[in-house]
Amino acid sequence: MTDDGSYPAEPAGPFPDPPTTVEDAEGRSITVRRYDPEADREALAAMYEAFDPADRAQGIPPTGETRIADWLDSITGPETVNVVACHDDAVVGHATLVPDEDATAELAIFVLQAYQGAGIGTSLLETLLGAGQAAGIERVWLTVERWNEPAISLYEKVGFEASDTESFEHEMTLRLH
Amino acid sequence: MQVLLGIGGSDDSMRALERAVDRVAETGDDLTVAILRNPASEAEPAEIERRVRSILDEADVSASVRHLEGDPGSQLVDLAEREGFDRIVLGGGETSPMGKIKLGSISEFVLLNSHVSVTLVR
Repeated sequence: MTDDGSYPAEPAGPFPDPPTTVEDAEGRSITVRRYDPEADREALAAMYEAFDPADRAQGIPPTGETRIADWLDSITGPETVNVVACHDDAVVGHATLVPDEDATAELAIFVLQAYQGAGIGTSLLETLLGAGQAAGIERVWLTVERWNEPAISLYEKVGFEASDTESFEHEMTLRLH
Repeated sequence: MQVLLGIGGSDDSMRALERAVDRVAETGDDLTVAILRNPASEAEPAEIERRVRSILDEADVSASVRHLEGDPGSQLVDLAEREGFDRIVLGGGETSPMGKIKLGSISEFVLLNSHVSVTLVR
């Protein structure tokens, strides 16, 4: 998604620099910070092992240990930007920017079911976009199921605008620089 | 079974052909390959046909190869329904950098409009 005309003219933000700590709507203390491949990989894989497959979108997250491992390798590799939401030692949310080309990246975010609807998604998204901005990513895009209104309003809240509503999935874009 | 495979030159459509040819080699199904004008692919129909024939030859499978002009999805569904095919086979879509499965515009049209069973090859 590198057609510049599909992105908003003005950069969104400002966004926080990780780490950020918030108390969620259930009173849990949640820290959102940069993903550390050494320290966090096991906890991140455990989050996806526990993830309810009913919340999959367009085939991700995949299920099963091997598919999850392959997928995590590809989305946490060089040039990617990843942040995790942690409650005590557990990873309960994850957001990622995977570059396609020309300082452009695709965004995805997942929050474990027991932690949804508590404001963690907003914090994860804003912190991810702050980290992406710092990493020099200029444009961010995503797709979301068109019926998923809670997700669409969350994306709009942080500055995403609809760019293509004709396909199966709703496509949205945001400018960071 | 009469199988109609639509191919427009995208990577997933080439993979679908390879898999369908392997399958036909086992089952003896009757395969027709329809070369489409996929607006998302830059491959020329003649080049696609050359690649199709080379895959068929390599697997020693015979198939009739046809060219469909005009809107690819509707022409493919029309051909399948008019000529009594049992199944349409198409590529299963590309994946985004994130790994999300994205259906192409042809599969989207065919899935929503075909009265003939459709297989998307993953």
